[in-house]
Amino acid sequence: MTEIFVVKAAEFGEGDRRIVRTGEKEIGVFHHEGAYYAYANQCVHSGGPACEGVMIHKVLDVIGADRTYQGQVFSDEMHFVCPWHGYEYELKTGVCAGDRSLRLKKYEVVRRGDDIFVIA
Amino acid sequence: MNIQTPVNEVRELHFDRFSSSDSLAKAAEQARKRNYQDFLIVDVDSHHYESESYAEVFKYIESPVLRRSFMESASRGGRSSMLGGSVGYQDISGRITRHWLRKHEKVEGTSHRDIVTTKRWMDAMGVDYACLFPTPMLFLGTHPQVEIEVALSRAYNRWLCEQILAEEPRIVSMLYLPFNDPEATYQMVKDFGDKKGVVGFMVTAPRYKPVHDNAYMKTYALLEEIGKPISFHAAYNWNDQSLTLLNRFISVHALGFMWFNMVHMTNWVVNGIPERFPKLKVMWIESGLTWAYSLMQRLDHSYLMRTSDCPSLKRKPSEYMREMYFSSQPMEMPEDPSILEATFKMINAETQLVWSSDYPHWDFDLPGVIYDLPFLNEQSKRNILGGNAAKLFGLDPTPVKNIPGASPK
Repeated sequence: MTEIFVVKAAEFGEGDRRIVRTGEKEIGVFHHEGAYYAYANQCVHSGGPACEGVMIHKVLDVIGADRTYQGQVFSDEMHFVCPWHGYEYELKTGVCAGDRSLRLKKYEVVRRGDDIFVIA
Repeated sequence: MNIQTPVNEVRELHFDRFSSSDSLAKAAEQARKRNYQDFLIVDVDSHHYESESYAEVFKYIESPVLRRSFMESASRGGRSSMLGGSVGYQDISGRITRHWLRKHEKVEGTSHRDIVTTKRWMDAMGVDYACLFPTPMLFLGTHPQVEIEVALSRAYNRWLCEQILAEEPRIVSMLYLPFNDPEATYQMVKDFGDKKGVVGFMVTAPRYKPVHDNAYMKTYALLEEIGKPISFHAAYNWNDQSLTLLNRFISVHALGFMWFNMVHMTNWVVNGIPERFPKLKVMWIESGLTWAYSLMQRLDHSYLMRTSDCPSLKRKPSEYMREMYFSSQPMEMPEDPSILEATFKMINAETQLVWSSDYPHWDFDLPGVIYDLPFLNEQSKRNILGGNAAKLFGLDPTPVKNIPGASPK
């Protein structure tokens, strides 16, 4: 296990991302609402750069008490989307939104002083 | 635990720049690992956005009156267009970033932008030859004015032949046929059949002319004579009466891209077109594979009870279908590979399946969808990825690609 320096915390603002390459491995590091997350930058579908697409809240159907459809809303849950084909992943878990048995490999992120590291 | 500074590489993301090569860097990695540089890969269905070149294309409109209308319409942007558009959020509301980032791609040199960007993604994927098709024109068959379909398709085909195919030997095409005008369809084959890079002709599937109409027989005869295939490229028409029942793009895409090809295939077989034109090569594009597996069984089942409905047939419908070509994308991937294996067996994939990417569209496939299949041997993989198409199109089987970072062959 190696701690890999990613970025100075002061340079890693809310909503920022970095892609770390070490050997053949690529890791996407996210900063969202004060927390850090890191996942393998390799989509479970066809190997695309899963961590390099847009971030967007999960979409929900609104079903009324009488079970009628009432439109759609964004939920609070943040997703990131593989830009190749649209596979969506939960930012907090790396679980694939369309098939919860699939997930991206998760990496630990640590902050030491002003430095952000990912453990790979 | 080791602390490693500096790291190998850390990069930021940018949503104001784009490079086809960079966005497909992981595809190039796959291509290198699988040694695609060692064998031919032909993509029988890829696209560009011809609408970005309309200013050039419209100059080729033959009628001065229509040419002026097209040019004037273009200057007004999307308002009061001569062409209209199709409803459909294929980029999943912006989630497919290349669709909105591609305008930032930098191109240098004198080659046409479409040639440069097409070769970039081809090399990244490991593709030697790509059959290039338009994008918005896939819906032109539903235009209410037949003369507009004829005028634009002739202009586009002339532009494509002169500006793209004549300049870049790795890009070929099956040219658009203005199928709503049978005479113009015939004339298109006559006029363009021997142009450089023209490897066949293509009918966009969403339309309402039956393929067995007698008016098309002389075109089929001519195609059979010159030995070039006719293909049917799937798309949808959300205004089709049945498809208007669907409320989401996923639905209209899943059904629409199969529906029109199922209709045309059924008419093609039931009316005995394969018996009338036994040497005419036919390809079905972008409907995936499950539709063929289903339709073969469905038609065979009914045929044995209703031979009087299709007396031209001397064999079961599936036997004719098994002699046609099918493009692979979007290739359905069942969790149980034996289901896919059965589909491959049903369509005689070893000789009749031809790989396609559909790049840059939202559901593109990489060559790995074929190369990584556990039930194919190396030769079968190479046939499907390039050998079958090379024979069909008359292409040199020597690889000519340049995969970034790969050792020269």
